[in-house]
Amino acid sequence: MANPDINKYYRRNKLPHIWCPGCGHGIITGAIVRAIDQAGLDQDKTVVISGIGCSGRAPGYLKFDTLHTTHGRALAFATGVKMANPELNLIVITGDGDGAAIGGNHLIHACRRNINITTVMYNNSIYGMTSGQFSPTTPTGSLATTAPYGNIDTQFDVSNLAMAAGATYVGRSTSYHVRELIDLITNGIKHQGFSFIEAVTHCHTQFGRKNDLGGPMEMMEWQKENYIPVKAWAKLSAAEKEVKKTRGLLKEEEREEYTDKYLALIKQVQAGEEKNG
Amino acid sequence: MKTEKVLLQGNEAVVEGALLAGVRFFAGYPITPSSEIAEGFSRRLPLVGGKFIQMEDELGAMAATIGGSLAGLKSITATSGPGFSLKQENLGFGIMIEAPCVVVNVSRTGPSTGLPTSPSQGDIMQTRWGTHGDHPAVVLAPSTVSNTVDLTIKAFNFSEMLRTPVILMLDEVVGHMRENVLLPAADAIEIIDRKRPDGNKANFKPYEVKGHDHVPPMPDYGQGYHYHTTGLYHDETGFPRGKSEDAEKLMLRLMHKVDYYRDEITLVEKKYLSDAKIAVLAYGSVARSAESAVEMARNNGIKVGFMQIKTVWPFPEKEVAELAQKVDKIIVPELNYGQYVREVTRAAGGMAEVIPLNRFAGQLISPATIKEMIEEED
Ligand SMILES: Cc1ncc(C[n+]2csc(CCOP(=O)(O)OP(=O)(O)O)c2C)c(N)n1
Ligand code: SF4
Repeated sequence: MANPDINKYYRRNKLPHIWCPGCGHGIITGAIVRAIDQAGLDQDKTVVISGIGCSGRAPGYLKFDTLHTTHGRALAFATGVKMANPELNLIVITGDGDGAAIGGNHLIHACRRNINITTVMYNNSIYGMTSGQFSPTTPTGSLATTAPYGNIDTQFDVSNLAMAAGATYVGRSTSYHVRELIDLITNGIKHQGFSFIEAVTHCHTQFGRKNDLGGPMEMMEWQKENYIPVKAWAKLSAAEKEVKKTRGLLKEEEREEYTDKYLALIKQVQAGEEKNG
Repeated sequence: MKTEKVLLQGNEAVVEGALLAGVRFFAGYPITPSSEIAEGFSRRLPLVGGKFIQMEDELGAMAATIGGSLAGLKSITATSGPGFSLKQENLGFGIMIEAPCVVVNVSRTGPSTGLPTSPSQGDIMQTRWGTHGDHPAVVLAPSTVSNTVDLTIKAFNFSEMLRTPVILMLDEVVGHMRENVLLPAADAIEIIDRKRPDGNKANFKPYEVKGHDHVPPMPDYGQGYHYHTTGLYHDETGFPRGKSEDAEKLMLRLMHKVDYYRDEITLVEKKYLSDAKIAVLAYGSVARSAESAVEMARNNGIKVGFMQIKTVWPFPEKEVAELAQKVDKIIVPELNYGQYVREVTRAAGGMAEVIPLNRFAGQLISPATIKEMIEEED
């Protein structure tokens, strides 16, 4: 990979960032920036929108039109922007709480509409910003500040949800497998339709500390061991599949994009109007 | 272009008024008694190259409406009480980031699901205070169908001028009533568009105010300004610093911009007040009953006048105080348990006796009922 000049995409005067030293969020943000560069997006025509959480702070460091919205609603704001001006490239940054709990409904329907927005979910299995309450992606049995006796909730596989809801591009990788992550985001951006990239990452400060998982290094080692390329995963034993998860491209399919459909509808009704004159 | 005479329902009048004002984006979620507004936009917007989207809920509808505005289109959403409650967090966001747009609330009897098809003005305080934290509110309340066309255009103009969401509060009666209206010709109405920045992108500060009106110019997304927007308190650069001094400055500016334009946005109609000893003060559909009641009572020789508040928020302090100075009694009929009357009492400051007249269970207030009260107080 050539070393692109990514500095131009950062608001460097806003650094250093607010994230804990060693947090995976910076790695994911770096991956997004490199993917934007690889995909060749016009910086003037790219809008980055986030919800609320540690992840939600990422757009503040990025030099585009950026919008830090309300908790869970980034996709709904992005849907309005994209509908109003389909020429804009939309990147949505969300967290596992932001996108799978409070904003889950918007995620489902953005997938269903197949609107051309690239969504990157920073999945750290915990509510980072509010100090470690369990999220929909917290593994069952894990400890959290609101699960002092162990989490009894069932863990959500958000990529599965996105696929089932109709996203036409779905990929998953981790803060350890960053090159793969960059490629997945790049191709998600290039994809005509709704793309969802689950970026598994570590929050050593909250999730790691509470569950004795070590620091960033140990948590990334864990990602390396437990996220398996799709093909290799298929060959694992049933017992191993219970524990290990897939990474890589999970779904890619062609389906007409939402704003394209609407533009076609405008043409059609305007032509009908002229005919009826 | 000419004026055009058409038979319209209040909800349809919102669509017509908005199109005259230049609306190009609607995002909503169906709810009685506002659904005709969504239906109207779904049919009309693509014809003019505009966009309509039915969102998954009202939180999303409010968010998408603000998104449409940031992308540069005049944007609108419509709902009723339960949906308005859901919009509130993002409405506050819109006020904080200063996104012009129009939010229609065709109010029905609440709380909760209440009486979905009955009129109410129970949301009058919700439109003022409905979102957490201090904030300015600009709310218009039409009383007739033609009034709705006019106030919808004004709602867009005020929102663009002030760079803030403006609420248009109809009630079920106005929303569903059909009347002949004269639609103004498109070239005969004043249209206000938001100020946009001058193109100087180096060191652009999105919340820097240059004029006297406290309103910063607003670029469209995609114009290359690369600016940041957040619902956190921010300084002129748009970035948060977590400082009280920034919060104070921004809150004062949000309030001051509405104060600056107060005279221009305060719409109050007065009738028969020159000799009046009693006044009836009303807003929304009730203003219509009130006006008829006043006319009937005057025919019977009673010296009674009428004041219709079209801009219900910010509260017309000065106008109500003047009224209180002039008359002995002010009757305030409302379709709720008694909400706006408290503001009237406060503004009257003891100069006139303020008398509430309330229906809160889905009934109307007929002219006869108001006339009876006028006669009792005479
Ligand atoms: C409506 C609303 N509810 C709750 C909150 C509090 N809150 C802020 S961030 C957050 C969780 C964020 O978790 P996640 O999306 O996983 O992001 P992370 O901080 O882990 O990156 C919560 C619950 C809020 N800001 N707004
Ligand atoms: S709390 Fe967790 S997610 Fe938030 S910045 Fe710290 S390490 Fe990152």
